[in-house]
Amino acid sequence: MSYEIALKCRECGRKFELLAIYSCEFCFGPLEVDYDYDQIKAKISKESIANGPSSLWRYEDLLPCDTSFKVDIGAGFTPLIKSQSLAKHLGLKNLWIKNDTVNPTWSFKDRVVSIAIARARQFGYQDLACASTGNLANSVSAHAAKAGMRALVFMPDDLESGKVIGSLVYNPILTMVDGNYDDVNRLCTELAASNNWAFVNINMRPYYAEGSRTLAFEVAEQLGWRAPDHCVVPMASGSLFTKIWKGFKELQHIGLINNLDTRMSGAQATGCSPISKAFQEGTKNFVPQKPNTIARSLAIGNPADGYYALKVMEETDGSAEMASDAEIVQGIKLLAETEGIFAETAGGVSVACLKKLVESGVISTDEETVLFITGAGLKTVEAVVDNMKPAIMISPKTEEFMDQFNKLK
Amino acid sequence: MTIKVKIPTPLRSLTQDQGLVSISATNVESAINELEKQFPGIKERVCEEDGSLRRFVNIYINGEDIRFLDDLQSSIKDNDEISIVPAVAGGTIEI
Repeated sequence: MSYEIALKCRECGRKFELLAIYSCEFCFGPLEVDYDYDQIKAKISKESIANGPSSLWRYEDLLPCDTSFKVDIGAGFTPLIKSQSLAKHLGLKNLWIKNDTVNPTWSFKDRVVSIAIARARQFGYQDLACASTGNLANSVSAHAAKAGMRALVFMPDDLESGKVIGSLVYNPILTMVDGNYDDVNRLCTELAASNNWAFVNINMRPYYAEGSRTLAFEVAEQLGWRAPDHCVVPMASGSLFTKIWKGFKELQHIGLINNLDTRMSGAQATGCSPISKAFQEGTKNFVPQKPNTIARSLAIGNPADGYYALKVMEETDGSAEMASDAEIVQGIKLLAETEGIFAETAGGVSVACLKKLVESGVISTDEETVLFITGAGLKTVEAVVDNMKPAIMISPKTEEFMDQFNKLK
Repeated sequence: MTIKVKIPTPLRSLTQDQGLVSISATNVESAINELEKQFPGIKERVCEEDGSLRRFVNIYINGEDIRFLDDLQSSIKDNDEISIVPAVAGGTIEI
């Protein structure tokens, strides 16, 4: 059962029918799904969730789609891992890692696409499309393949090969555009206006974006139905960041968690940091940037939810940081070497920014912190390939190995 | 200066369905005021009450976002083309 009742403009509050629309016809503000929370509260319980499937569909009462249209390749309910070594390295007493690298297409995008494709099928669409920095194209291609829909995915032409192959293997119509993500998105917005396709992050965006709330639902449930003190979340458009916060607030509203004092801090790459820069300058009016960073999945220079992300930081006494390309690589290696998790560049951004937030005292040593790792490292091997200790190269002879091995000591 | 302004679909009910209109203006701010004179009601859709641009409206001069130029004070030359574009999902609707 689902309980969405309308789309509501986040700027002026005007309400609209639940259609494949995404911006307010009066003021052009983004539309967001509104729910009947009283009914959800009456229906949902910790027990009903615990009895649900081990996927994001255990929160179906909070998702804006008819679940009979779902396309389930196993998104969500990923591990929340207690950090020992990384926590110690950073000087934190209580650090958790939400490991979303283990989703079906190895990034959190499977969460948002799960909702978008269900809603697209509910609307009767045959074609699933997206503008992507890579991860989203992977997920759209996979889910469309499972559903027997046609996938049309658009991405910048300079992405990592893992992101390209990670889409092509599902046989979508992949278009690589000579331009950055903001150019791709602009093109796709035009295409969305003249084609009857479900663009998951354009005309499906109000539904799609809600999928990110499941990260908050899972973290709260995995902590024993409570919210952490601090969340560190990577930011591209800022949507994930704002929706995690929305998820926690909803859980409190419907009574599944009691206290909510979570501080929300965002992480960006220095080479594409419109939100973090605005935060550090004390303004909510970010200036768009032309991205130049190895963190391609975060390379959105004109972030749609940047303003709202900055509002969440203000509301929660949170913060924002940024990490250089070198720090991103160090972050990837640190996470891998301490926790055994190989993250993509966005994960390196999160780790590096967490480190800075602890070092600067923004996050105190006893704050219970959740670090969100949203994509897997094999997608972006190019970023780290030149920063690895070389392998031992030998012919299959014991003495050759021992000779080289002894040199290591 | 005579310039052309591209009007996005959602605003064409105010411009008698014209997608492209010609006006005289020297900068973006004066262009918006001139549009309002010719097509009353358009300014409140594009601007907040204090005259600043609405958060989800982007304006381009010959394809360049005015936030990379001089915002509402960005100057306009003869034959420039201004696009008013609702910002969506980090991108834009170009009609």
